[in-house]
Amino acid sequence: MHCSSYNHDKNLGSSSVQDNVDFSLLSEVIQCYQGKKGSLITVLQKAQEIYGYLPLSVLKYIAKELKVKPAVVYGVATFYTQFRLTPVGKYLILLCQGTACHVNGADTIKTALYEELKIKEGQTTEDGLFTLDTAACLGCCSLAPVMMINGQAYGPLTPEKAINIIRGIYAAEKESTGEGEN
Amino acid sequence: MKVSVGLGSCGIAAGALEVWDAVQKVVNKDGANIEIAVTGCIGMCHLEPLLDVIENDGHVFTYGQVTGEKVTEILSSHLAGQGPIREYIVSSSEMSNDFLKQQVRVALRNCGRINPESLDDYQAQGGYKALEKAMKEMTPEEVISELKGSGLRGRGGAGFPTWFKWNATREAPSNEKYIVCNADEGDPGAFMDRSVLESDPHSVLEGMAIAGYVIGSNTGVIYCRAEYPLAIKRLEIAIKQAKEKGLLGNNILESDFCFDIYIKQGAGAFVCGEETALIASLEGERGMPRLKPPFPAQKGYWNHPTNINNVETLANIPWIISNGGQAFAAMGTEESKGTKVFALAGKIKHGGLVEVPMGKTLREVIFSIGGGIKNDRKFKAVQMGGPSGGCIPEELLDIPIEYQSIKDTGAIMGSGGMIVVDDTTCMVDMARFFLDFTQKESCGKCVQCRIGTKRMLEILERICQGDGREGDIELLEELAVEIKEGSLCGLGQSAPNPVLTTIRYFRSEYEAHIKDKKCPALQCKNLITYNIDAEKCKGCGLCAKKCPVQCIAGERREPHVIDQDKCIKCGTCYEACPTKFAAVKVD
Repeated sequence: MHCSSYNHDKNLGSSSVQDNVDFSLLSEVIQCYQGKKGSLITVLQKAQEIYGYLPLSVLKYIAKELKVKPAVVYGVATFYTQFRLTPVGKYLILLCQGTACHVNGADTIKTALYEELKIKEGQTTEDGLFTLDTAACLGCCSLAPVMMINGQAYGPLTPEKAINIIRGIYAAEKESTGEGEN
Repeated sequence: MKVSVGLGSCGIAAGALEVWDAVQKVVNKDGANIEIAVTGCIGMCHLEPLLDVIENDGHVFTYGQVTGEKVTEILSSHLAGQGPIREYIVSSSEMSNDFLKQQVRVALRNCGRINPESLDDYQAQGGYKALEKAMKEMTPEEVISELKGSGLRGRGGAGFPTWFKWNATREAPSNEKYIVCNADEGDPGAFMDRSVLESDPHSVLEGMAIAGYVIGSNTGVIYCRAEYPLAIKRLEIAIKQAKEKGLLGNNILESDFCFDIYIKQGAGAFVCGEETALIASLEGERGMPRLKPPFPAQKGYWNHPTNINNVETLANIPWIISNGGQAFAAMGTEESKGTKVFALAGKIKHGGLVEVPMGKTLREVIFSIGGGIKNDRKFKAVQMGGPSGGCIPEELLDIPIEYQSIKDTGAIMGSGGMIVVDDTTCMVDMARFFLDFTQKESCGKCVQCRIGTKRMLEILERICQGDGREGDIELLEELAVEIKEGSLCGLGQSAPNPVLTTIRYFRSEYEAHIKDKKCPALQCKNLITYNIDAEKCKGCGLCAKKCPVQCIAGERREPHVIDQDKCIKCGTCYEACPTKFAAVKVD
């Protein structure tokens, strides 16, 4: 199967139960694209921009409004890696899996991040702070190995550097929320 | 004096925005008479962030690995009339460096030289003159014959003659035709299309407009990956500018030719680089390929004739029209004409984008332009063509870069990704890496591709884990044939290439994994262990301090020990141990 499907399938049930989604945020997008053929991917991209991810109820809503079968919407949403069906943490870590990063040790970075964050690929930390994901190639090959956190690229990494970056964000976050210790 | 900062994605990742801020600070503070400009990527990624100082007399000085502090130093020296700071210069108009001077830049002609957000800059370089020439002085047939004479072949991977596609779409009967730019650069390790779109978007738009005029289409669509936000932003700006000046939109150059371009964002699927899958995705569906024929030139986007060209191909078009097909064909070899852009990355000293005439040897590109292998290690192979390509060993480094000669090695020219690897890279793991990619990216339509790549991956995984069995190599070869024969599109047909080429050139590494349970490159984690030699360890504690998982213990000045259960085999301790002790052993 295509890779986008294995990331989120397991949590589908839970996400659909709790979504309290405000569909009115989508009305402008729907109005703009209703009746325009071939715009499903664009609508899903806009919806993800609004909600941060694609709750199941939103997929159903889009199906109804665009008059396409829910199965078609779900099929498209799970085909492409860009779409996520579960919420993401405040910081989205994209670890580059490009060839240049691979030969320069991307795997050791991944293992170190697994250890540090206690999560695996596609998962979010319990405090909702970090989501760890991978990207096929971020195109910054001369900085390999690279990771991107909320759009900012970091490289060249070592396991040690990667962990320090995460700890830095974590510390800043704790300070700003005033939660000195747990 | 003019100062320009390279603000491409990789420049920004290396810290170019800080450089930009520092330049602005100097200008604001001293009220210095400096014109500042943004530029794209010149291709010297290994020297980013880059800053150009253009003196009033026209001399250009390029500074590399610039920091905020260096900016102040550099600019004050120039402003005070003390000339450039030689030690920071990486290239200049009088003396360009080895990386740049061996290149011939056609597709990249403006990259890193003009402001990608300025139409004036593009026009000052002769931009949109080719469109004017095609529309006012040439018939569509003449344009096609010029392209035929140029010998230009598609730069996206398949290498199909461009004139043939244009002609077929032109001759297909329909009132509605489309020009599609394939900017879904999915090959991991290839970034030339991103660079062209970010650094010179108008050249792609002009190429598309010429295609529209020749083929008889009024609509162009750019299918660009969503992972390239800066490219999308700069394309949007360029489209708007071109429309305002009457170079796109209705009645272009006051003629009755109308041509509009819009952007569709891809959503992350490698298979969408395949033409028919791309069309399915443009239509808002799952990007799954279909059987050809009918070819897109007959039945493409919404079943109308559609011409699909890659970014680099389109960027070449205006140059060919302006300079003539013969000028392009004069470069390169009999079979492969013109120039080609390569993305040099991996274990190379000078990584970046290089454009050279076809026919140069791999050795010239990797060693003379790329500067050789990082840390002066031993060259092992160059991977060309991404997941559809293969690994070329050292004994073939002197072959010329041509479509056919590369194909004969078992690799492909592809979009021009060149990943160089040294003796620390395991070739079985390299094959596993690519199969992992293609297996995930297989759309699932063809059984051989969907299941076959998974079975191949499982075999490669077990070999890397030390569980390889006698006969695995033969089984891989057998599966490879089945997958190639049973797949509809290029993804499946070429997916086994990385495995086949590594077996062909590095069979002994496979055998070492399977028979001796050893990884000669010391990369496969299950086949190696890190140990500390108690005799040599002085207990300095550096390794324990640097270990990311804290699995090294020991008293100060006493030999340390690695907890093998916790060790993630990252090699940090090996690097950390001072060379005078060399106590950490790997085998």
